[in-house]
Amino acid sequence: MHIVEGFLPLSHAIAWYALSTPFLLKGMHNINRQIGKKAEKKLLLAASAAFAFLLSSLKLPSLTGSSSHPTGIGLGTILFKPSAMTVVATIVLLFQALLLAHGGISTLGANVFSLGIIGPWVSYLIYRLAIYLKLSVSKAVFISACLGNLSIYLTTSFQLALAFPDQKGGIIISLVKFSSIFAITQIPLAISEALLTVLIVNFLQTYNSEELRSLNFSLTKES
Amino acid sequence: MKNQNILIACAIVILTSLPLFICSFDEGFSATDQQAQKLIEENNPNYKAWFNYIWRPPNAEMECLFFSLQSAIGAGVLGYYIGLTKGRSTKESR
Repeated sequence: MHIVEGFLPLSHAIAWYALSTPFLLKGMHNINRQIGKKAEKKLLLAASAAFAFLLSSLKLPSLTGSSSHPTGIGLGTILFKPSAMTVVATIVLLFQALLLAHGGISTLGANVFSLGIIGPWVSYLIYRLAIYLKLSVSKAVFISACLGNLSIYLTTSFQLALAFPDQKGGIIISLVKFSSIFAITQIPLAISEALLTVLIVNFLQTYNSEELRSLNFSLTKES
Repeated sequence: MKNQNILIACAIVILTSLPLFICSFDEGFSATDQQAQKLIEENNPNYKAWFNYIWRPPNAEMECLFFSLQSAIGAGVLGYYIGLTKGRSTKESR
């Protein structure tokens, strides 16, 4: 999902920055308000961020013969709501842009928009919907993490299609081309990531259900 | 719960390692980010990247080092949290 440094026209790069910045500011504000000085919550947020850090550092092989990254965004989203993950995603992307030559500073706005905004919000809404439909927590977490991951890669494809429409077919054909690179490769990875997220949530339910209840989320065993 | 966890862990290992056995190596598991970049370059030969990396790792080994560093930080913090939480909860229930 990393758009390579310099590979978005200047006007697009600026527009994505402009769209992402308010979400980032809101995210920082919410983290301060939600977590503030509560050490327990801070620790759990650090663990969710660490999960995203770990997963996004791995390039996994996929059945298409390509490789790509999982994202690790779903876990923190389910625990802390989407805006907190905008901040986490920005930190991850900055680390990768500055030290790994992955993604980039010029494309940071666009990458934050896919990884830090669309991904978390899609995960969150799907999670809420699944709980509303009375699915079990494991299933809800699985579907939410899986589709959240895919939505990130579709967003990247859309961003690239907008910037580089196909010379004959326009944006739609270009979108098909970019998503055929990203989306199919991503399916098995999205499943792996979702399974891993379920593992961590299972752990939290067993050993830290009190903290989950205080996060006011439908994560405890009964629901 | 325990059985479910073991099954999930096995599924992850299988899903991740399966491609290494059944895919041909012609494509060499190239990264999708780079494939997208190539597609842009092919379809828009006139496009020039207008911004370049401020700094990049000098070679593939150093890049690998930084990727490992990122994994290590993530795994370290996550491991600390898991250990702490489990230890605390076992102590309480005793």
